[in-house]
Amino acid sequence: MPEIHEIAAPFPGVFYRRAAPGSAPLAEPEQVIAVGHVIALVEVMKMFHEVQSAVAGRITEFCAEDGDAVAMGQIIAKIESQS
Amino acid sequence: MTMTRVLVANRGEIASRVIRACQELGYETVAAFSEADRDARWVREADSAVCIGPPPAAKSYLNREAVVQAALDCGATSVHPGYGFLAENEVFAQAVVDAGLIWIGPPPQCIGLMGDKSSALRVATQAGVPTLPRSGVLVSLDEALIAAGVLGYPLLLKANAGGGGRGIRPIESPDALVVSFDQARAEVGAAFGDASLYLEKLLTGARHVEVQIICDSSGNSIHLYERDCSLQRRRQKVVEEAPSSFIDAVTRAELAEAALRLARAVDYISVGTVEFLVAQDQSFYFIEMNTRVQVEHGVTELVTGVDIVRQQIRIAHGQPLSLQQNDVALRGAAIEVRVNAEDPEMSFMGSPGTLTVFEAPSGPGIRVDSGFGSGDMVQPFYDSLVCKILAHDVDRKAAIRRLEIALTQADIQGVTTNLSFLGKALKLMSFQEGTHHTQTLESEIASGG
Repeated sequence: MPEIHEIAAPFPGVFYRRAAPGSAPLAEPEQVIAVGHVIALVEVMKMFHEVQSAVAGRITEFCAEDGDAVAMGQIIAKIESQS
Repeated sequence: MTMTRVLVANRGEIASRVIRACQELGYETVAAFSEADRDARWVREADSAVCIGPPPAAKSYLNREAVVQAALDCGATSVHPGYGFLAENEVFAQAVVDAGLIWIGPPPQCIGLMGDKSSALRVATQAGVPTLPRSGVLVSLDEALIAAGVLGYPLLLKANAGGGGRGIRPIESPDALVVSFDQARAEVGAAFGDASLYLEKLLTGARHVEVQIICDSSGNSIHLYERDCSLQRRRQKVVEEAPSSFIDAVTRAELAEAALRLARAVDYISVGTVEFLVAQDQSFYFIEMNTRVQVEHGVTELVTGVDIVRQQIRIAHGQPLSLQQNDVALRGAAIEVRVNAEDPEMSFMGSPGTLTVFEAPSGPGIRVDSGFGSGDMVQPFYDSLVCKILAHDVDRKAAIRRLEIALTQADIQGVTTNLSFLGKALKLMSFQEGTHHTQTLESEIASGG
């Protein structure tokens, strides 16, 4: 059975889907990713922290927009794990 | 007579500092704040306040259109940019001027000239200000090896575009250059869309010494001597002092003269800082010019008695310098530390949160600059500076001691701070003796606590 895993922001800060302005997104909806894939960055006090996926699977959605403020624990993406 | 009303387009301690200076001059203040900062202390200190957007800086403090619109909407006559954010943004400065407002900073073209690495170096060279020996733009490893042979090792490999230290690599030998060159080209190309690199002579054991200058619109220019900011971590200043205990009287005079030559070469108006590296043999080299008030301006204010921010605001409003070079004398020594919400035990990771307790030290010769009070939030969206603690005393040794005691009296709870790290930095034998340099902090206290 496929299972939906939620990925939460590990810190409060600014959520980014790109490593640099203008570069390609780190991951796209529908993309199939492996464990450890960096799907986003969270900027805390000018330091950037990678958000990795703890599961392998297909990204079903991003729940925050590039450049949004996020709270710690806020769900930022959902991943459907492969059965 | 129209009331002067200053929009303070910044946050935290520098917003508080600017608001105080405006109040002393009899000017009204309007704090421009993001949604995250609505309840912060400096917002309450201003006569009125205007929200400029959501918490992320890109949508508020860095949003040029929003800030200019806020200034027009609140009937401001002038805009003070503080430091960071839009303070050195030529396009923003020009937009403020074009909106018919007074820009409390240098002419926009000065920001542009000094903000671009290659034009700043060209101006310095033309003004007879020494710069570090460097190569031209390098597009191949063969070219780089030839240039390195001429310059001599050690060297720094740097990106022609961009900034923030990206792509910078120390190069000790030809072998290291062979290993690093293509890597650096790829990294820099990806980051800035321009893969061009150059080599610059690497000074080891150098001091960071910067000269504070003030120029008015009537052609008067003075310097307020220098600050020494050699205790750094990852190219960020941690401890700053005035005057520098390292340079001799001849170097002090030559540095000040060089800084003024540079400022005059670009018809500079406003306060500014010209940064140099000073080698062990006292030879010095221009690094860059900061076209704004600096974080560490307070140590200069303490040893000269000149209110830099007040002068900056007066000059922007067309008034001449209220003092001449002969009026500027150094008295004692002043030292500053930057207290940050960061965890030295966790690679200096930022530590946002609510300041449940914020008790600043006080006493003779102690100054604390902060935009926060107890109960305020240290936000995750901006830099981690909580406050600056400064000590002034009769000489450097007394000032260090005074600052050490002040640090033990600071009581900051609710966030993790670097206070213990700062205490260790002040206690370093090399710092106490004044033999430290820009690599000292990282080599002697490493990166951890």
